[in-house]
Order: sequence, then C-alpha cells, then structure tokens
Amino acid sequence: MKKIFSIGLILVFGLFLLVGCGGGEEPAETNGQEEETLSGTIVIAGSTSVQPLSEELAAVFMDQYPDVTIEVQGGGSSVGVKSAADGIADIGAASREIKDSEKSLGLDEYVIAKDGIAVVVNPDSNIEDLTMEQIQKIYTGEITNWSAVGGSDANIVVVTREEGSGTRGAFIEITGVDGADGDMTTENALVQPSTGAVKQTVATTPDSIGYISLGALDDTVKGIKVEGVDVSVDNILDNSYKISRPFNYLTNGAVPEVVQAFLDFIFSVEGQEIVAQEFISVI
Amino acid sequence: MKAFEKAIEKLLLICAITATLSVVIITLFIFKEGVSVLKDYGIVNFIFGSKWSPTNGQYGILPLIAGSLSVTLGALVIGIPTGLACAIFLSEVAHKRSAKVLKSAVELLAGIPSVVYGFFGLAVLVPGIRQYILPMVQLINKDATTSGFSILAGAIILAIMILPTIVSISENAISSVPIEYKEASLALGANHQETITRVIVPAAKSGIISSIILGMGRAIGETMAVILITGNMPKVPGSALDSVATLTGTIAMEMGYATPEHQKALFAVGIVLFIMIVLLNIAANFTLHKLGGQTND
Repeated sequence: MKKIFSIGLILVFGLFLLVGCGGGEEPAETNGQEEETLSGTIVIAGSTSVQPLSEELAAVFMDQYPDVTIEVQGGGSSVGVKSAADGIADIGAASREIKDSEKSLGLDEYVIAKDGIAVVVNPDSNIEDLTMEQIQKIYTGEITNWSAVGGSDANIVVVTREEGSGTRGAFIEITGVDGADGDMTTENALVQPSTGAVKQTVATTPDSIGYISLGALDDTVKGIKVEGVDVSVDNILDNSYKISRPFNYLTNGAVPEVVQAFLDFIFSVEGQEIVAQEFISVI
Repeated sequence: MKAFEKAIEKLLLICAITATLSVVIITLFIFKEGVSVLKDYGIVNFIFGSKWSPTNGQYGILPLIAGSLSVTLGALVIGIPTGLACAIFLSEVAHKRSAKVLKSAVELLAGIPSVVYGFFGLAVLVPGIRQYILPMVQLINKDATTSGFSILAGAIILAIMILPTIVSISENAISSVPIEYKEASLALGANHQETITRVIVPAAKSGIISSIILGMGRAIGETMAVILITGNMPKVPGSALDSVATLTGTIAMEMGYATPEHQKALFAVGIVLFIMIVLLNIAANFTLHKLGGQTND
C-alpha cells in the first residue's frame, strides 16, 4: 500500500513539473476562437509607445464585449512588425513609419493615431526655441555648451533613450541624428530606459535636454519650440511641427471577425475620442 | 514506513535534480543564444571593443565591463572598511543587548527591495553629488563636471546594499573565534585593541574574505538600483564622477526592444557576466582553501 502511495506521490510531482513546463505555450493556442456572438482573443504586440493607448482602447472594447479578451504586449516596433508577419500577434503595433524592407512583408497598415515627440529641457532653462539642426548637433555631440544655441554658459546634459527604443528610433531619424554611419548619438548622453525616466531626469537635472512623447508632456519639464513652432496637436496634424510620428497597427491578410470589429471600433468616433485623450486623433 | 521513507527520499532526489538541472539548462541556454555573436564578432573584438552601439552593429563591451568593475570596486572600497568595522564593533565592542538591536537593524537592510535603493539614490544621492561633491572636486580640478549620475552614486548605494552580507558573515566569523585565543592574548599582556587587530581578525579572516566575495557577487549582479543612478552611458569612465553603463543594466534595459542580433549580443554579455561570476566563485573557494579551509559553520 505504501509503495503505491509513494509511486502516486512521484507521479503527481512529475505531473506538476510537466504542467509547469507547458505553461509558456498556452497563449498561442487560444488565438482566433470565433463564435456567432463576438468573442475571442486578440493579441496586440509591439511598440511600448503604443502600448498605453492599445490598453486604453482594449479596456473600453472589452467592456462592450465581455467575451472578448485583448492581450497587449510590449516588445518594440520591430517586434510588432515581426509578430504580425509571423502570426504571433493578431495586431502588430509600430510607433514609426514602416520601413521599405518591412513593406515587402505585405502587411495591412492602419494609422490609428499620431504622436509628436516633444523636445524638453529643465524648467529652469532659458532656452525657448531650437532649430532641427541645433537639436541634431546637440545630440551628435557637436554642440556641448548651451551658449552655442543662445543659452547660458553651461554644459549640456544630453538625455536619450536606450538602444532599440521606438521613441529614440523615431527621434534620431526625424532629427537627422541617424546619419550615414547609423545612430550618431553622442557617447556622452545619459541613457534612460523609459519616457518617465527621461522626464524625471530632465526635470531634476539642471541644463539637461531630452525628448518624450507629446502625450507625456507636463509641467515638470519645459517643452520647447522646434523651428519656431510650438509642440501642439494642431501643429502636428498640419505637419508644421517637425518631430512627429504615426502609430501604426499592422495585420497580416484576412483578419478574424473580432479583430475587424476592434479596428472598426478604433476608427469610430468613440475610439478616436480615446485616442485624443493622450494622442492625436486621425479623423 | 520504509516505503514512505523511500518516497520521501525520491522526492528529495527530484528536488535536488530540479535545482541542478536548472543551472545546467540556464547555462546551456545562455551559451546557445550568445555564442554565435562571440564567434561572428570575434571574442577579442567583443570584449575589448570600446564602442557599444548595437543599432550600428557595434558590440564592444569594454565600456560595460569597465562600468561594472568600477562600480563594484567603488562599492567594495566604501563597503569593506565600514562593514568590517561594524562587524568588529558588534561582536567585540558593543554590549550584548545593543549589539542585538544593531545587528537586526543592519540585517533589515537586506530586506529592502533594490528598486527602493535605486529610488533613494535618484532622489538623494544624484542631486547631492551634483550640489555638494562637485563643488568640492572643482576646487582641485576646475574642469570637473557631472550630472550626478555617476560611479560614485552607484558605489555608495551598492556599498549600503552589500553591508548586511559583509556585516553578518564577518560578525559570525569573528564571534566563532575560540574564546581561548582572546584569553591567551589578553593574558600575555596585549590590550583589547591589539587583541582585535592581531589575533581575532586574523583568526577570522577566511570568514571575512568569503563575506567580501559574496558581497562582491551581489554588487556585480545588482541591476535595478544601478540602472536608476549610474546614467547608463556606455563609455569607459575617466573619473568617479563619470556616468557608466553596467553589464547587467544594459541587458535589462535593452532586452525588451532588441532585434534578434542585438538580443544575441545581450546573451553574449550574459556569458561574460556568467564567466566573471564563476571566476569570482572559484577565487573565493581557492582563497578559503589556501587559508586552511576554515569556515565558520
């Protein structure tokens, strides 16, 4: 009797081990369940800049259709494109223009919102306006003192995002820091791993400059004009503010009903109202 | 009863195998992912390359190694004297009752999550270094400049973080020195101070050294606190006020966004870190062996 018990114990333990191992693969199997009423799971993966917006949209959508589950994952714009192409995610999110090499994957693109990147300085700074060229030179390390751009005589503390960040990618591409030799960001830049950390660093470090999404701009830091144009929704929509980017949703081929319903919802008045809370509506 | 015992034995065996297997699997996994980059890029180029710029395909981790080592070294320079003094005070000088209170206070430090240390560093040390330390340094070197995100900030925070390790293990080692040593020394006419420095500390040195090596391991491996306060600037530092990026911090920051090639490079960074820590452990065992294999248990 005891022997049976002991074997049973080992079996149960072994089973636990197996279950533990199998856990990682579950999400893939739950994809694309469709029924007559709207239900199923949508997996959105990609840019962490789009992530908060995706979550916001998903929360409202799931309220309307309780049988729908929307999973929002990060990973970055490149991961978003790749996940959509490989079918790992139903929707890939990218916070930049789709590159030519990625266009060849044949994904459907939906611009769901636009976002501006605000160039911010410490609130105590007397800088009001920079040209694109000045920003480029500051970030490539050609200009290291504020006096060269009309400020006081102080070293510039450059704050940037980490390698691979979508915001960094968009920023260096638009401002031309992304030169012939690739990413030319100065070695002497502080690197912060999130929008919040950049904001915090710029807010507390004198003579610093950084860049963040327009949606994250608040009073703790000072947003400056670029080429004389204020960073604002209207200026981004009419393309007069230079440093802006689209938020793309990417799908691969024919989409399940539930995904189509979600996309329709995003482009409805209600969906775009949610977009407009933090970002710039496209309709 | 025997069968039941056998069952328990099997259960323990499975647990032991699970633990060992995890180590093996993790090691294999890191090497499998990272080795291709080491091969393609060249081990020498990888380790001694001075430019870490993954988006441009440059994977030189010398700045990261320098960053990790400088912060760790700084932490040891601050942490060892403080920790050792604290351990000696607790076991030899302080009254039993107050020592108990102080010791539990130090051990409480070990329970604080590292992100809290990091946040403390960000809110207090970083601006503090900029406002108070920088002017002092500028008296000597006029061109000195710092944003506050620096090796110094990292070293101070890590020193506090490794204090509990150093203090509690050293204190144990010192307390377990046989009382006869102390009595003999005192009987020979040595005073209390001489007894501590010439007899007790040397007798406890293997325990003290292992405490330092364990502390060093923790300092090299620390990630979250360091990300917040060292500035993450992948550049070989010139002074203690420069910003640095560490091996662990870089892996943690960039893994989320990394392209496949970049990700492999980060795994290769993991390999280097892994080898560094293995070497550290071997060195620890070796010194302990050389010192007569005296452990305090």
